[in-house]
Amino acid sequence: MRPADRALLLLAAGGCAFALCFADAARLRAAAGPDEAERTRLVGQLRLTDLALFTEARYTRHPSQADLHSAFQDHPLALEHFPTGSLIAPPASLARVGAGDTATSEEGGAK
Amino acid sequence: MKLWLAKQRYLIDFTLASLARRKTRNLGLLAVYTLLVFMLSSVTLYTHALRQEAARVLAASPEVIVQRMVAGRHDLIPPGYMERIGRIRGVQKMEGRLWGYYYDAVTKANYTFMVPAEGAPAAGEIIVGPALERSRGLAKNNGISFRSYSGKLHTFIVADVLPQASELVSADLVLMSEQNFRAFFDYPAGHYTDIALAVANPQEVRNVAIKLAAALPDARPILRDEVLRTYASIFDWREGIVLALLSAAILAFGILAWEKASGLSAEEKREIGILKAIGWETGDVIKMKFWEGLLISLTAFLAGFVAAYVHVFHFAASLFEPVLKGWAVLYPRFQLTPHIDGVQVATLFFFTVVPYAAAVLVPIWKAAITDPDSVMRG
Repeated sequence: MRPADRALLLLAAGGCAFALCFADAARLRAAAGPDEAERTRLVGQLRLTDLALFTEARYTRHPSQADLHSAFQDHPLALEHFPTGSLIAPPASLARVGAGDTATSEEGGAK
Repeated sequence: MKLWLAKQRYLIDFTLASLARRKTRNLGLLAVYTLLVFMLSSVTLYTHALRQEAARVLAASPEVIVQRMVAGRHDLIPPGYMERIGRIRGVQKMEGRLWGYYYDAVTKANYTFMVPAEGAPAAGEIIVGPALERSRGLAKNNGISFRSYSGKLHTFIVADVLPQASELVSADLVLMSEQNFRAFFDYPAGHYTDIALAVANPQEVRNVAIKLAAALPDARPILRDEVLRTYASIFDWREGIVLALLSAAILAFGILAWEKASGLSAEEKREIGILKAIGWETGDVIKMKFWEGLLISLTAFLAGFVAAYVHVFHFAASLFEPVLKGWAVLYPRFQLTPHIDGVQVATLFFFTVVPYAAAVLVPIWKAAITDPDSVMRG
């Protein structure tokens, strides 16, 4: 076999594997359907609002329900002391403090 | 057409022979290129799947949660508060939620104690989340004691364990009856932690929240949209952190690829000169180099992407898991459902394959339009 044919065959095999990723994703999605339905049912039944990813503090267990200034929960100058702090973005309002704007309770829960 | 195909095959033959003459250098480049695509694809595939998972699961969460704020802190909902909310037009249904946190010194972890609105366990019984079952070694009908904040010891029987499939949302849950919850936390009668609202018309959710804030100035309505946005921003942020860490590697590869692609070695220049001297046209030389760029970048993209897919969805992203997932004492075990975003893949393809294929062409075009004699002489 000529080198060009070998190279094109290899690329075609790569292309097939690439397409197979999408087919495999669809297969796994279909297989995960009942589990996902179970999760969604439980969220609806228990009126849950957050994923149980970080359980170390109330504002990491329920980031969507936390106080707007929960990063400074101990005192106004307290530094964030959980590792999750490096994984959750600071409230958007903090970026605007320099412009004279501060967080207010009307801003809602998105942090 | 047949002639064109035959010509391309000859060009590829020649390109491969040319690449084989600098085997180590080109294989090294291909390996680094593939690794880079693998890392970028792993991060984007993982965070996209996690974002999708959160969005789908939390789509069933309450439309509005109303908290009461006192001195900027979340406080209990007093009796009479729900009646005032009930008078707001558009509110279809409301339920007081009872939930709180409990720190267990045995596992050094926080649990979320909760009273389910439907299907609450009988008095003296609890239903626990799968992570709690694992960490405390519990099983159905086992007894477990928790010391309440008042110092009193409360013993419960585990009536059931929540299904493993729901672990992502229920890892640390302890479900109990209202009576047990109020006794355990000394919760005053008629008080609730917060209120879950259902709004008759989904288009009106924001208006209801505005009316709520006006009628009850100490209330903080949290909309489902805001919950979903919170999670989207958490995973965006995390993806950003990993990509920022990877940016040094991306830059290093950029320099390597640019140097390899844009600077021609004396040997390559001589090769072009000889090809031109024996009758190759400028177009043929450019086509040959185009094939070189395409073969390397396409192979790297396909291999990198497929490896990343297998790594993320069949090996649970074991290489990046600690950074992307985060950690906790009671961390849920879950397998992500693959969701591949076509736009994300197209973007990745565009930014990894196209720049390299293009960078190869410019210097070749410059060398190919020069007189063969001067190119060969250097």
